[in-house]
Amino acid sequence: MSATHATHSTRSASARETTEGTVYTVTGGDWDEVVEAAARTDDERIIVNMGPQHPSTHGVLRLILEIDGETVTEARCGIGYLHTGIEKNLEFRNWTQGTTFVTRMDYLTPFYNEAAYCLGVEKLLGIEDQVPDRASVIRVMLMELNRLSSHLVAIATGGMELGASTIMIYGFRDRELILDIFELITGLRMNHAYIRPGGLAQDLPPGAVDQVRDFLKKMRKNMPEYDKLATGNPIFKARLQDVGYLDLAGCMALGVTGPILRATGLPHDLRKSQPYCGYETYDFEVPTAETCDAYGRFLIRLEEMRQSLRIVEQCLERLEPGPVMVEDKKIAWPAQLALGPDGLGNSLDHIKKIMGTSMEALIHHFKLVTEGFRVPPGQAYTAVESPKGELGVHVVSDGGTRPYRVHFRDPSFTNLQSVAAMCEGGQVADVIVAVASIDPVMGGVDR
Amino acid sequence: MSEANGVNPGASGVNPDQELNAENLPGRRGDQGEPIRVQRGMFGANNGGDTSGYGGLVRPVRLPGPATRPYGGWFDEVADELEGALEEQSLLPENAIEKTVVDRGELTFHIAREHLPRVARTLRDDPALRFELCTGVSGVHFPGDKGRELHAVYHLRSITHNRLIRLEVSVPDSDPHIPSIVDVYPTNDWHERETYDFFGLIFDGHPALTRIMMPDDWQGFPQRKDYPLGGIPVEYKGAQIPAPDQRRSYS
Amino acid sequence: MGIEDKLPSGFLLTTVEQAAGLARKSSVFPATFGLACCAIEMMTTGAGRYDLARFGMEVFRGSPRQADLMIVAGRVSQKMAPVLRQVYDQMPNPKWVISMGVCASSGGMFNNYAIVQGVDHIVPVDIYLPGCPPRPEMLIDAILKLHQKIREEKLGVNRERAAREAEEAALKALPTIEMKGLLR
Repeated sequence: MSATHATHSTRSASARETTEGTVYTVTGGDWDEVVEAAARTDDERIIVNMGPQHPSTHGVLRLILEIDGETVTEARCGIGYLHTGIEKNLEFRNWTQGTTFVTRMDYLTPFYNEAAYCLGVEKLLGIEDQVPDRASVIRVMLMELNRLSSHLVAIATGGMELGASTIMIYGFRDRELILDIFELITGLRMNHAYIRPGGLAQDLPPGAVDQVRDFLKKMRKNMPEYDKLATGNPIFKARLQDVGYLDLAGCMALGVTGPILRATGLPHDLRKSQPYCGYETYDFEVPTAETCDAYGRFLIRLEEMRQSLRIVEQCLERLEPGPVMVEDKKIAWPAQLALGPDGLGNSLDHIKKIMGTSMEALIHHFKLVTEGFRVPPGQAYTAVESPKGELGVHVVSDGGTRPYRVHFRDPSFTNLQSVAAMCEGGQVADVIVAVASIDPVMGGVDR
Repeated sequence: MSEANGVNPGASGVNPDQELNAENLPGRRGDQGEPIRVQRGMFGANNGGDTSGYGGLVRPVRLPGPATRPYGGWFDEVADELEGALEEQSLLPENAIEKTVVDRGELTFHIAREHLPRVARTLRDDPALRFELCTGVSGVHFPGDKGRELHAVYHLRSITHNRLIRLEVSVPDSDPHIPSIVDVYPTNDWHERETYDFFGLIFDGHPALTRIMMPDDWQGFPQRKDYPLGGIPVEYKGAQIPAPDQRRSYS
Repeated sequence: MGIEDKLPSGFLLTTVEQAAGLARKSSVFPATFGLACCAIEMMTTGAGRYDLARFGMEVFRGSPRQADLMIVAGRVSQKMAPVLRQVYDQMPNPKWVISMGVCASSGGMFNNYAIVQGVDHIVPVDIYLPGCPPRPEMLIDAILKLHQKIREEKLGVNRERAAREAEEAALKALPTIEMKGLLR
């Protein structure tokens, strides 16, 4: 190539011999114009496809970035790679079975999905006031523990994506302590289906309160470690500060809620403004920041974890003995479930009663278990403040034993729309930080 | 009242021990609401015989019907402000608002589709209303509601006044067009795409109405009621269990 | 100490097959293929308490070109299926697949339009791991069983013979549909 050029621009090409052959260095003349023209045609501009299978996006998120050198000029998300059809599946199961499906939506905040769904069903049934206090207190306790575990994963995976794997190890270590509590109480580490319409599946097992107390002690001891590791760390700050900027106007327009909204200084929290499960009676604060950036969101998550510890402590003080399911036998599962010797969750006393003495109880049990209860026609919208923002549930009933339509307004889905606003004009490396600070969970985004 | 809808008395939506007021009063039912389905028999068995002797019962199932003034609480205030603001824009409220439903402590405005963007903009911009946060759109498919098969349900939250209302727009299946409100609430971008993807509702004026959840070449709109669940029979040691939508069931 | 004491006179006899199996099973590089809930449990397995590093597997590779084990952790949607197959094709041979969780193994509770009813429709699966999601201990158990399998894997003509024998045995076996009796 160089040889042919050299023949008709002899005045500006100098040749030198190398081991690879003759190399011509071409300068001057119209070559400068050629180089300038090449720079103008933007051949630095390329389109990068990140994901859907990529280590540093949250789950199967696909990011389509148009980059000019190191600058992102356009960022678009491709989602739907985890679309599970949960909303459709719910329409073929009864109202109680619905909790097993919704808990698998945003798999990092299972208790919030269950609570939002159950509050919606309870609103349709008109039994919000009949849910026993003990059930509400346990719901709040589990939700706040869940907020801790969700924020721990947000911080842990966020750190991992920055290359700070120590934070990841610490986050997962503390999350395990919470999962131990969940496992003791619900029997499962994730996907619990523990909160049911009308109350809870069963009461706290013996030893649960002590374990939560132990956890609070340990977690209080571990919390400062995150400050030491990250909050004041100059490298961490340099990566997070002024990255993923989204101000209040942007948040409002894009419907963004949760820590991202609170990082703009607006203390909007549904637990304060539209209390549910008795949140108005708990003493806690809504942390805000004025920075509008990823660092502010990180600080808010840390502070919310401290507030959650406070709430859990208040829950423990309030636990009074009592029922955990509504009185109405048309809704409440008749048996107190207990793990029997056959490995199934049947109560032997109840089996004895329905098989031996009461025919009506047997019929009732059969109808309730196979068919479920009917819910009067209508629709309801309930929202809870999940760790990621406003988790809303639109429940529609046609008077049947199954949901007619359940729609989840998942905060991850809405918040993920802000990727373009946060990333465009920034660096490629900052895209990772911005997405991590949104903390989207694809199970919730795609449902 | 509740028995007429085939509802257990214990779960009628009304707590007998509770004092009734606008916040917890269920919406009017009876003959008022939209019929969405016909319930046959007592037990809702959709296949197989009903041997109870009540198999001949036929009852329409209706959604809560329109409410009359006063709605109670802040509902009247919002309704007055909205009607006043629409009148100021020389739009007759009765043209824009088809009906107002108050049910289970929630206020729903049924909006004529051609006026949706103006109503949404008014709700957002009027200082006395100020519903600045839209929580997206949820589609509902009622094949039994003839001429109004597809419903789009919007929930609007006012952080300023700490209120929540619902807008509902119904369109026929044969003409599933609704004006987009993305330019009023940009957050609805993905939500409208999702509703299009699942229900085939076409939001006119949306900047890029494409499939979002399903693959681009997918046929049909999977969350409509006439779209099958799509499960396969599960086979295990000589027994076959049909997919959840094919089983004998009660509803 | 260990194997050295048992060597009669400094000799150690083995087959290439066994040596290759031992080497391969000790250096499995999993690809990060987290999809849903199971991915979180997979990450937990790699983290402190369960510590997959004990089995030499803590290095999850982001690039499929550097990986030889794909842990399909979670539900596979119709939209993800072509991507999954492409990632599998990009992995160099020999490669193995663990189908983690009931959704990846059979579709599980999501028997509907959106989910592929078992990842074995798309890629060959070596180990099916039940659970929703499986505990980290279960994943470690599956990995150890896979190690055993890799270690015993045959080479060359032996592999062909083993494959032929397995196929003959499978043809003779009673089809699942004809099995009778209690569903347990």
